Amino acid sequence: MHIAVCMKQVPDSAQIRVHPVTNTIMRQGVPTIINPYDLFALEEALRLRDKFGGEVTVLTMGPPMAEDSLRKALTFGADRAVLLTDRFFAGSDTLATSFALSAALEKIAAEFGETPIVFTGKQTIDGDTAQVGPGIAKRLGLNQLTYVSRIAEVDQAGQTITVERRAEGGVQLLQTRLPVLITMLEGTNEIRRGSLADAYRAASAKLVSWNAADAGIVDLAKCGLRGSPTIVKKVFAPQARAEAARMLAVEDGAEAVMTEIFVRQPALEAELMRFASGQ
Amino acid sequence: MSDTSRASTKKALPEHFKAYKHVWVAVELEHGVVHPVSFELLGEGRKLADKRGVDLAGVVMGGDEASVLAAAQECFEYGADLVYTVTDKVLADYRNETATKALTDLVNSYKPEILLLGATNLGRDLAGSVATTLRTGLTADSTGLEIDDEGSLAATRPTFGGSLLCTIMTLNFRPQMATVRPRVMAMPARQPGRVGRIVEHPLGLAEDEVVTKVLKFIADRASNKAQLAYADIVVAGGLGLRSAENFQLVKSLAEVLGAEYGGSRPLVQKGWITAERQIGQTGKTIRPKLYIAAGISGAIQHRVGVEGADLIVAINTDPNAQIFQFAHLGIVADAIEFLPRLTEAFRSYLSVNRLAG
Amino acid sequence: MIEEKFDAIVVGAGASGNACAYTMAKLGLKVLQLERGEYPGSKNVQGAILYADALEKIIPDFRDDAPLERHIVEQRQWTMTDSAHVGMHFRSEEFNEDRPNRYTIVRAQFDKWFSRKVREAGVTLLCETTVTELLRNNSGAVIGVRTDRADGVAFANIVVLAEGVNGLVGQRAGLRDVVTPESVALAVKEMHFLPREVIEERFNLKGNEGVVIEAMGTITKGMTGTAFLYTNAESISVGIGCLVSDFQGTGQTPYGLLEAFKNHPSIKSLLAGSECKEYAAHLIPEGGYKAIPQLYGDGWLVVGDAGQFVNAVHREGSNLAMTTGRIAGETIAWLKVRRDAATAANLSEYQRRLDASFVMKDLKKYKNIPDFLHKSGAHLFGLYPRLIAQAAQTWFRVDGKDKRAKESEIIKSFTRSRSLSGLLGDAFKLARAWR
Ligand SMILES: Cc1cc2nc3c(=O)[nH]c(=O)nc-3n(C[C@H](O)[C@H](O)[C@H](O)COP(=O)(O)OP(=O)(O)OC[C@H]3O[C@@H](n4cnc5c(N)ncnc54)[C@H](O)[C@@H]3O)c2cc1C
Ligand SMILES: Cc1cc2nc3c(=O)[nH]c(=O)nc-3n(C[C@H](O)[C@H](O)[C@H](O)COP(=O)(O)OP(=O)(O)OC[C@H]3O[C@@H](n4cnc5c(N)ncnc54)[C@H](O)[C@@H]3O)c2cc1C
Ligand SMILES: Nc1ncnc2c1ncn2[C@@H]1O[C@H](COP(=O)(O)O)[C@@H](O)[C@H]1O
Repeated sequence: MHIAVCMKQVPDSAQIRVHPVTNTIMRQGVPTIINPYDLFALEEALRLRDKFGGEVTVLTMGPPMAEDSLRKALTFGADRAVLLTDRFFAGSDTLATSFALSAALEKIAAEFGETPIVFTGKQTIDGDTAQVGPGIAKRLGLNQLTYVSRIAEVDQAGQTITVERRAEGGVQLLQTRLPVLITMLEGTNEIRRGSLADAYRAASAKLVSWNAADAGIVDLAKCGLRGSPTIVKKVFAPQARAEAARMLAVEDGAEAVMTEIFVRQPALEAELMRFASGQ
Repeated sequence: MSDTSRASTKKALPEHFKAYKHVWVAVELEHGVVHPVSFELLGEGRKLADKRGVDLAGVVMGGDEASVLAAAQECFEYGADLVYTVTDKVLADYRNETATKALTDLVNSYKPEILLLGATNLGRDLAGSVATTLRTGLTADSTGLEIDDEGSLAATRPTFGGSLLCTIMTLNFRPQMATVRPRVMAMPARQPGRVGRIVEHPLGLAEDEVVTKVLKFIADRASNKAQLAYADIVVAGGLGLRSAENFQLVKSLAEVLGAEYGGSRPLVQKGWITAERQIGQTGKTIRPKLYIAAGISGAIQHRVGVEGADLIVAINTDPNAQIFQFAHLGIVADAIEFLPRLTEAFRSYLSVNRLAG
Repeated sequence: MIEEKFDAIVVGAGASGNACAYTMAKLGLKVLQLERGEYPGSKNVQGAILYADALEKIIPDFRDDAPLERHIVEQRQWTMTDSAHVGMHFRSEEFNEDRPNRYTIVRAQFDKWFSRKVREAGVTLLCETTVTELLRNNSGAVIGVRTDRADGVAFANIVVLAEGVNGLVGQRAGLRDVVTPESVALAVKEMHFLPREVIEERFNLKGNEGVVIEAMGTITKGMTGTAFLYTNAESISVGIGCLVSDFQGTGQTPYGLLEAFKNHPSIKSLLAGSECKEYAAHLIPEGGYKAIPQLYGDGWLVVGDAGQFVNAVHREGSNLAMTTGRIAGETIAWLKVRRDAATAANLSEYQRRLDASFVMKDLKKYKNIPDFLHKSGAHLFGLYPRLIAQAAQTWFRVDGKDKRAKESEIIKSFTRSRSLSGLLGDAFKLARAWR
């Protein structure tokens, strides 16, 4: 089975600094990482490949330096890495991103074989929208399985897949037909460590690099800023809370803290009382 | 290349979108219950609609007449002028396919200018498909909604892990879509008995045309999973607690308060708590009425997960800890020593007053 | 297992490993480099001052694209007490030369750049791969390494240990002793971010000019050690370090020292308003010449910190690391050209070349300094700074006292605290160690 995994290289948000004067992101020295959510997708894909045979192709749209992340995916054991890179993609919002990725996924299927399963992460830590996966599914007409916590069964002969999906207030056991797009929930698995041979192969592997034309994209108006219906009007720093924290001293005692909590949240006191008497 | 510049930075709404009017909220109805985020959105939608001088509509999609009508009535009481309903057995359980069809059909038929959804698993699953189908813009996980001078929706959301905020607009496409996380918006006051108009719409899809089947639904109550995200009170601990044994102090306080407990990421990595109890950017976003954080430094990734709490109480030995920058109430104290005292304070207060009451 | 056999395997992608791997690859050798960090530099800590000369000999045009923060135009040498500092400042416009001699760098970025050069030269680098063990043949010669990855074995004609100060692989293999607490310093360092303009204003800098502050005195609480503050483009590196043996039993922590140093009135205003984003602790080999272990054997050799190549007096480390790496690389390539095997006998050429270089000459010159510092630490890092500051106080305060009286007061204060013979003795010992 040939499986595609969409994976994004993101700045490590833990290390981002905001310039105190200009309120712009200071990118200098901020390392980039594979979007942590995408590793759950990658591991799940690798497990399916190990079980059913076949290949895993990872796809990233991003600047040339995104190659680092793709190589890393190869050290984990992915078989092929495709970098979709073109200045026309700059400034893409989710709609434009899903357009470009869909085109590349179609091209991947044509070049390297159909992909009955396409994975994305749940969301990215920079864009943070969780919309690119559903966007791709819609564009490619794939059955959409989001927030998947477990892949229960893949029936290759019957072309069906059964998964557990995190829903509001519970877990759905869903069955649908291949091809599907799965967005994998976090914490569902742990990315493996590739062998030394995997690492060696990854270090010297040749990556597939496509620009818009290579990926068969003709309509550049659907890409990048031009293809993005949303525009970013302004970027600004979060305001500190208008009111600073009220600091209580230890000497004030735990009762003082409790009282202050009830003063600020009167409804809570009643609720707690109800809870206490309900016990 | 005729024009590589941005097509949409200026408002130039195409003629065919000019008919789009009114503010909609897609209501989440699952297993007969409306998700509270839908009411929060109605409250916010009301303000937007009033500012635009248009109607506020709820969209209720469900499997049976009774729950759909009950939900519609709730929508009125939370401020909707009208409610579009789609009632069909096929819609009993949420599925992307059916809900996307129902909602896109409604949009194409009745043309709203603004469409809001909850940034829940359901809302995000649905919003992405609908926006892509309609080829319109969507601002995910918004934390603030405004109408700008030109009458467009200005949606503000965090970016770069909460380090910055940005305001995003969809100027020349309709509807303007946004999702909003639960508990970000205030719950509006309910106006019992308030009524409105119901517009019924057919789904036009039979079960055997739907590819995806729900084989089973395992409700959380049955499966004993942490209810952190929805809890009213959350007590959490961080590395400041120093050991897994001391984490028991957090659990004890939680127990007395009938609260859920959780922790910062390092605790999960150390195996003191399970992953589903991690709070923050890569864990759960919580919006409790009361959040008590003990021995947590308040790193940005933690902050973004708890900022929506109504009241944040922080216990930390370091008076300069970041958490005091966003807590409402701070105690500079050794949590290992202070937590038991706080637990005892609540315990005795609650028992005394219960006896008295 | 990697099927291919390499001319050389380099353990570590720090300054010395990169220099060595680069040199060998440029001379046509097939090199595998293994690094345990997530990326080169992720685990490395340095102040950091880069000395241009050592790198220039490896990559002559490094200035074109290396991530250099600022070139140094001013050196401040401070002797500190708890409330004062006495300083010598040297600033010269001549340091604004075409090819400046010293730069501040941020190791994480610099190492990444260096590593890219290394890979472009043809070296295969595998990160997140820790070498756990050296593989030997029946006669005890090293023939390859084992790593912590599955099937993690690789073979080569020679293994270069560029694993830094801890050097666990070499220790485990019995190639050298465990480093002693007397011969390593523990240093902690923080990066404080400030806007470029603020740094330039505070330190009186323009463009890419930079300042170095090196400090000693009571800030190390009588322990043998020094502190530093370097200006980067948009951040300030500040750190302090003392001998590990001195920390033992004092109850002092490196972090406590750093906090105190940062809060010193002379330092505090320089850091005001900054945001600390990085904290790191690292060891520095300070044993000097006498601590240098056996540097080569059948199928292996040692470069950089792993070989104790640090000149503590002049705070030089990375340049010695690069130079030993380069010389090792050249030696290995030279053996290959001559079709000589990497035996201990043939590798003694490495030692010969080192002895002829500034590395060994400098280390030899200071071979007694570590002993001296160790023995006279309390005076050097407590008493003398206090006396010097007091002298300056007396001297600069205008209070109606005549200058001759001031002079004799100063001299008395010195002899009162430490006998004349003690003073002379210290001076003599220092001079002898220095020679
Ligand atoms: C991509 C990414 C995602 C992340 N996601 C998350 C996430 O979802 N959630 C999360 O929490 N973190 C997350 N982190 C980690 C985050 O950056 C912080 O490292 C983490 O939140 C720190 O946890 P802590 O506050 O428990 O520990 P520390 O930062 O070590 O803080 C401990 C605190 O306890 C205080 N303390 C010490 N002793 C006591 C005592 N006796 N009594 C009271 N106080 C005491 C200290 O003063 C200190 O403030 C993420 C990091 C990255 C890079
Ligand atoms: C606080 C501080 C300030 C300093 N300031 C300066 C300065 O201003 N100027 C200066 O010239 N020098 C300075 N030094 C010294 C300088 O940093 C070192 O001398 C230099 O980095 C040594 O280079 P190296 O390659 O030998 O070791 P390192 O740079 O330490 O590199 C060793 C590498 O090997 C890797 N490694 C270790 N074990 C294994 C293993 N088993 N398998 C795989 N990989 C492994 C490590 O991850 C690391 O990347 C400073 C040092 C410190 C700690
Ligand atoms: N530029 C990109 N390249 C590849 N995959 C992406 C890209 N952007 C988003 N994705 C995928 O879409 C998922 C959701 O992203 P987002 O909608 O930005 O939260 C991510 O987890 C990735 O799997």
